[in-house]
Amino acid sequence: MAEFTLPANSKIGVGETYKAPAGAKNIRTFKIYRWTPDDGKNPSIDTYEVDLDTCGPMVLDALIKIKNEIDSSLTFRRSCREGVCGSCAMNIDGTNTLACTKFMSEVKGDIKIYPLPHMPVVRDLVPDLTVPYAQLASIEPWLKSTSQPPTRERLQSHDERARLDGLWECILCFCCSTSCPSYWWSGERYLGPAVLLQAYRWLADSRDEAKGERLDQLEDPFRLYRCHTIMNCTKTCPKGLNPAKAIAEIKKMMVERTI
Amino acid sequence: MEDRRTPLARARGLGSARDGLHHWWVQRLTAVALIPLVAWFAVSLVMLSGADHMAVRAWIGSPVVMVLLILTIVIGLHHGQLGMQVVIEDYVHGDGWKLALIVAIRFIAFFFGLAAVVAILRIGFGG
Repeated sequence: MAEFTLPANSKIGVGETYKAPAGAKNIRTFKIYRWTPDDGKNPSIDTYEVDLDTCGPMVLDALIKIKNEIDSSLTFRRSCREGVCGSCAMNIDGTNTLACTKFMSEVKGDIKIYPLPHMPVVRDLVPDLTVPYAQLASIEPWLKSTSQPPTRERLQSHDERARLDGLWECILCFCCSTSCPSYWWSGERYLGPAVLLQAYRWLADSRDEAKGERLDQLEDPFRLYRCHTIMNCTKTCPKGLNPAKAIAEIKKMMVERTI
Repeated sequence: MEDRRTPLARARGLGSARDGLHHWWVQRLTAVALIPLVAWFAVSLVMLSGADHMAVRAWIGSPVVMVLLILTIVIGLHHGQLGMQVVIEDYVHGDGWKLALIVAIRFIAFFFGLAAVVAILRIGFGG
């Protein structure tokens, strides 16, 4: 259901402030969403002053510095620190992106960091992505073929391979799905841009033999047609991909097989 | 109610409706049809400004105008009804309310569509 105000237990209060050490000259202020399931309190925004003279240039560098040197209780996911694992997806300065590829210098003023929007929160900046992961599993994102398996690789022409460009690069960070208002309102029934881009990645694969069944599974007023071309997905994608175009291509395939 | 379904059961739900293309396609077809129809209707209204009752009746009664006017109203209401259904599905999730509103929109669109057609035919065929 569309929600226009936060539920009572999600209203955000003011939290702690952690001052920069005396003598620090190059200070940047971070306002970070904090919530833990352990104390029964509402979420709050903690303020951290970070000395940039002893910090790397990325938002993730500052988060790691805060965790190592200021407040070890700050909780977030991160792994590769170079934009290929998708773990550190979060809402920075009002936009879903990867903390590891977002320069602090791109943000004006205080750097505000929240978890990915409209997902249940496990703790601090860690969202619960159980439903989107299950939705990904539901589209069966693997090659399906009933022909006799070849004795060597399954061949594609250069053009056929080129159709997968802009699709295979998705790292499943779910920045796009959690930026989509339609996914916020109907998240259990609409598959969302990330999962639909994956669905199209297999529909576009010349080696896959299950296009018809895949389209049958997608043709649904909610699974596919909740996309109203709002385009937040494409605007926010930290990898520069175009999930909205992938969804449009699926809609075109639906028409193509009837006329 | 506590939800003990597995995540995959939640994601699959009741399965694919295998429907939705028709709704989407008709919404686009009616949108395309409405571009010239609404332009024609707007221009006609401007041209008729200041005309008296008899002149407007005579205009509505001409065969080409009758056809275009019925098309504009019926296609417009159908397009509006399809669009309102999507809005309701987006924002109203209580199953009772959703069903009631979708049915109400259908009935209202059908009622006004038929009323408009009858009115135009009566004027055209001198009822």
